[in-house]
Order: sequence, then structure tokens, then C-alpha cells
Amino acid sequence: MGRYLARRIAFACVLVFVVSSAALLLTRLAPGDFAAVEGFELNSEQREQLRARYALDQSFATQYLSWLSGAVRFDFGQSLLYSRPVGELIGERALNTAVLATAALLIATLVGVPLGIYSGTTSGIARALVKSVSTIGLSIPPLIGSLLLVFIAARTGWFPAGGMTSTAGVDVPWAQWVADLARHLPMPALALAIPLAATLEKLQSESIASASHERFVTASRARGVTVSRSILRHAWPASLRPVLGLYGLMIGSLFSGSFAVEVVTSWPGLGRLMFDALKARDLFLVMGCAAAGAFFLAAGTLVADLLLAWTDPRVTTRDRA
Amino acid sequence: MDRSASHDQRSRVIRRAGLFLVALFGVALIAPILAPYQPGEAFRDFINAPPMRPHLSGLTPSFHPLVLADRLESRFETDVTRSVPSPWVSQDAATPVFLMGADDFGRDIFSRLLYGARTSLGLALVAMLGAVAIGATAGAWAGYQGGWMDDAIMRTADFVLVLPVIYVVVVLRAVLPLVLPASTVFLLVTGIFILVGWPFVAKGVRAIVAGERSREYVQAAESLGAGRWRILMVHLIPACGGHLLVQATLLLPAFILAEATLSFIGLGFPDPIASWGTMLSGAANYNSVARFPWTLAPAVAIFIVVLATNLIASPRERH
Repeated sequence: MGRYLARRIAFACVLVFVVSSAALLLTRLAPGDFAAVEGFELNSEQREQLRARYALDQSFATQYLSWLSGAVRFDFGQSLLYSRPVGELIGERALNTAVLATAALLIATLVGVPLGIYSGTTSGIARALVKSVSTIGLSIPPLIGSLLLVFIAARTGWFPAGGMTSTAGVDVPWAQWVADLARHLPMPALALAIPLAATLEKLQSESIASASHERFVTASRARGVTVSRSILRHAWPASLRPVLGLYGLMIGSLFSGSFAVEVVTSWPGLGRLMFDALKARDLFLVMGCAAAGAFFLAAGTLVADLLLAWTDPRVTTRDRA
Repeated sequence: MDRSASHDQRSRVIRRAGLFLVALFGVALIAPILAPYQPGEAFRDFINAPPMRPHLSGLTPSFHPLVLADRLESRFETDVTRSVPSPWVSQDAATPVFLMGADDFGRDIFSRLLYGARTSLGLALVAMLGAVAIGATAGAWAGYQGGWMDDAIMRTADFVLVLPVIYVVVVLRAVLPLVLPASTVFLLVTGIFILVGWPFVAKGVRAIVAGERSREYVQAAESLGAGRWRILMVHLIPACGGHLLVQATLLLPAFILAEATLSFIGLGFPDPIASWGTMLSGAANYNSVARFPWTLAPAVAIFIVVLATNLIASPRERH
């Protein structure tokens, strides 16, 4: 277990290092730099001054080394676009993305798993209804879902159309801020949760259908355990393993999904930050975002794998073989 | 009994969804014949015009023309006293017919949807075929050859698989010049999609080939003197057919969506080119979307295509 963990962490470090280096290289190779994009109304002399101030005129190697020596001290440089430390910006925005992703995961779990248990253990019209709804839900990717929800929001005014709070930059009492967030969160979280809930429903339904044919479930019924109790206490725990395994795979789709949702609903998350940084050719911010993205994806997958290994020891043994 | 009945039902669903997709690609292919207007043709007096309903005059379907009531509010009134024929029969620039309404440049959404299907579905199809071809070849080569080639190919695949895909796609596209001719964009985006898509195919193919290579039929082919490429192409890759089909049905909607996302954020096709993503980026405005819901037509189109591919893919997952 210790070796398994060490290898996974080492791989994650290499990944983050390679991704951030590649991001810097690519952004350097790209036509136009920050001075050209943001300073388009300046004359060439002023633009050179701007380049000198932000050290954009240095060679790639110098830039890279100075970034690297800072990065090992957790100093990821200054954002040119926001004039703030990159680490601080990313921390803030990554938290917003995490709030969104967690809410989506929560909704998906609370909706998908019970529906899956229900549709996997019953038959008839209700089951067919759940199945068709989840097939439809599976076909509403976050980009489409968020567009449709923005449309519904604009038509009905049930929820705010976008953003994370209505009071950006204003100092409001803590409780009011939470209430504001709670009003803005459902729409983007729902857009992200719909396909995930459908995926969870399908998998849970299949796995509990096969688990409820196991002998120990039949035996529990023979002992006089009620149907609902034998499903929830006996069949469900046995059916959980594939469902838990899915959470590791979901982190990737949460990432790509939240990018689309953040752009459509102006949620100030990591995806939106990187998009803005790329447009302005804000070198260090792009690198920071790419590195943070790789880091969170690697960390999330690792946590999910550890959870899986914890529930099923065969995972680590198989990996070693 | 019940099982085989539901199996029949499933395969019927798969067949119908497959036929539907093929028909859709056919429609996309002949879009210039089907579309009544050019995708870039803008009617300045019909900005955000609503969809028009056909009615029968005699036996031929015809339309009541729209009259601009308020230019600032994009309000239109239907002139029921007059009738114009359908746009395929004859066209008049003063009374255009919009089956699905017009967008914020006064362009016919129906025509743009058809031309957009060409761009979006065409790109996704080419990228999917490319990713499947490269993934199958690389995976089969790795599985058959073994050794350091196997390690190198699969490590690369593993590495690409753990990257945050959408971030990579956006970074790669964003660092390239933004304004490019449409054909260059098509090639570039296809290339990027293949780059991030092939490992999904390669991993499964490698596992299957590594298992199959020691089977009798491969040994028989080897002892008959068949070369490596012949064994790979004729024997081993066909053995991965089921896996390739599943991957194809997963990659196709993923690529359609990725193109839509890229074009949506302005990193895909430039605006006059119709693609479902560029059309949506025009629609995604809080104020306009409530009043002109027909601009969301490409979102519905994407939903339908994803639904059709999901119907093909999902029953197979069970095995």
C-alpha cells in the first residue's frame, strides 16, 4: 500500500511539472505576448517598456528558471492581467470550482443512487419511466444543460442567470453571502449534475439488479427480512463497488463539464480564469492554471482510487502483479 | 423468453438509432442542396425573426410573410393577407421564409443548422475515425510487439489520459493564431482531437491484442509466414471490432461537444462559418435567449445526436 501510494504521488508530481512546463513553452511559442494583446493601443516604445517591466523580453530559459525557482517555494509569480500573485488567484478560483463540483456531485449522488436502487429492483411503468429519463439525462451534456437552464432562468426568473453572487466586491455579512451563493449555485450545479446523475442511476441500477440475485439476499428474505430491508441492508452494500469506482472516472468529466458551465453561467472558477489568462497571454497565470488543473485531477483520481482500494483490497494487489 | 424479447428490442433500438445517425450524416453531406439559403446570407430587415409556420394554399405549402413591426425590439407581424411559396420553390429577398427563425444577423437558422451539421458532424466524424485508426494501430502494435515499444506507447497513452482534456484542447487551440481560414481550423482542431482521443482506443486494443496474440489462429498465421502488418491488420485489429465500435460511439459525441465548446468560446470556427458551436455562441445571451428561443436550435440538434449515439452505446456496455 505504501509503495503504491508513493508511486502514484511521484507520478502526480511529474505530471504537474510536465504540464506546467509545456504550458509555458506553448504560450511562449504562441504568436503575440501580453504586451501585444493587452497593450494594443500603445506605441512600440511603450510596449517595449511594458515587456521589460514584466520580464517578457528575457529568453525562454531565463523565464523558465526563474519561474521554477519560485515554484519550489510555492511562489508561482505575478499575474500580469490581475496584478496579483498567481497562487492566490488560483486558490480563490479553484475553491469556487470545488464548490460547484461538490454541489454537482452531491446532487448527482442524492438523485442518481436512490433512483438506481429503485429502478434496479422494481419493474413496471415507473421503472421504464426512470430508465427513459436517465437516458435523456445522459444526453444532456453540461454545455447544453447550462444553456437550457439559462434559457429557463431568463424566461421564468426562478433563479439568477449567472455569476456566483450578486454582490461581487461588496462587503456583506457572512450569512447574507451564503444565502446569495445558495441562490446562484443550483443552476450551474444542476447543469453539471444531470449527466452524472444519469450515469450513476444506470450503473447503480445494473449492479443492484445483479446483486439482488445473490444467494445471501434470497437467504435474508427466507429469514423473514422485509423486501426493502433486504434490498437496503443486504443487496445495496454488495452492489456499491462499481458505483464507487465510477467516482474516480467522474472527476475528469466534472473538470471538462465545469469548464463549459463556468463559461456559460459566468461562474468565476478555474476554467474561466484559464480562459481569460489565455486570451490575454498571461504567461504565469496560464501555467498556474494548467498545473492546478493537472494537480486537482491527479489528486482527485488518487483519492478516488484510494477509496476504491479501501473498499476492495484487490485493487492494490492487482496493480503490483 | 423475456430476455431474448428484450434483446430483440434492444437490437431494434440500436439499428434505428444507427440508421438515424447515418441519415443525419447524409443530410449533412447534401446540406447545400437541402438548405434554402446560403449560411452567410443575412437579411438585414429580419434580425431575430421568429420561425414561420407553413399553411396549405391549394395543395402546395406556403407561408404568410413577416413584416417588421419594430426594428429596435425585433418585433414582427404576420401578414395573413399575403402568401409566399416555400423557399425551395422561389425566393424573394423582400419576403424570406425562415422555417426555424433567423439569428441576430438575420440569417436563416434552418439553413445554418444544415450547413453547421456539415462542419460539426464532419469534423467529429473525421476526428473520430482518425483517433480510432491511430489508437487501434498504436494499441495493436504495442500489444503485439511488447518490449520497450509497448512501454513507450502505453506510458504516453496513460499520460495523455490523465490530462484534463478540455484544458489541453483549449490551451493547444488558444496558442495557435486565432484568425485562420476555416479549412485550417478544421485540420488543426481535428488534429488536436485525435491527439487527445487516441489513447482511449489504444488502451483497450492493446489489452485485447496482448490476449489474442498467443491464440492458435495467430500462431497459425505466423507459421504460414504472414508478416507483422498482415497479422495486425487482417487478424488482430478485426478481433477488437466490438471495442472499436464502443469507443467510436463514445468519441463521436465527445468530439461534437468539444467542437461546440471550442467554437462557443470563440476558439473554433470564425463566425461567418456555420457550426453548431458558433451558432450557440450567438445564442448564449441572457437577454436574447428568453425572447428568441429558436436560436437554441443547435443545442437541440446536439442533444438529438448525443441521444442517438447513447442509444447505440448503452446496451453494449452491459456485456
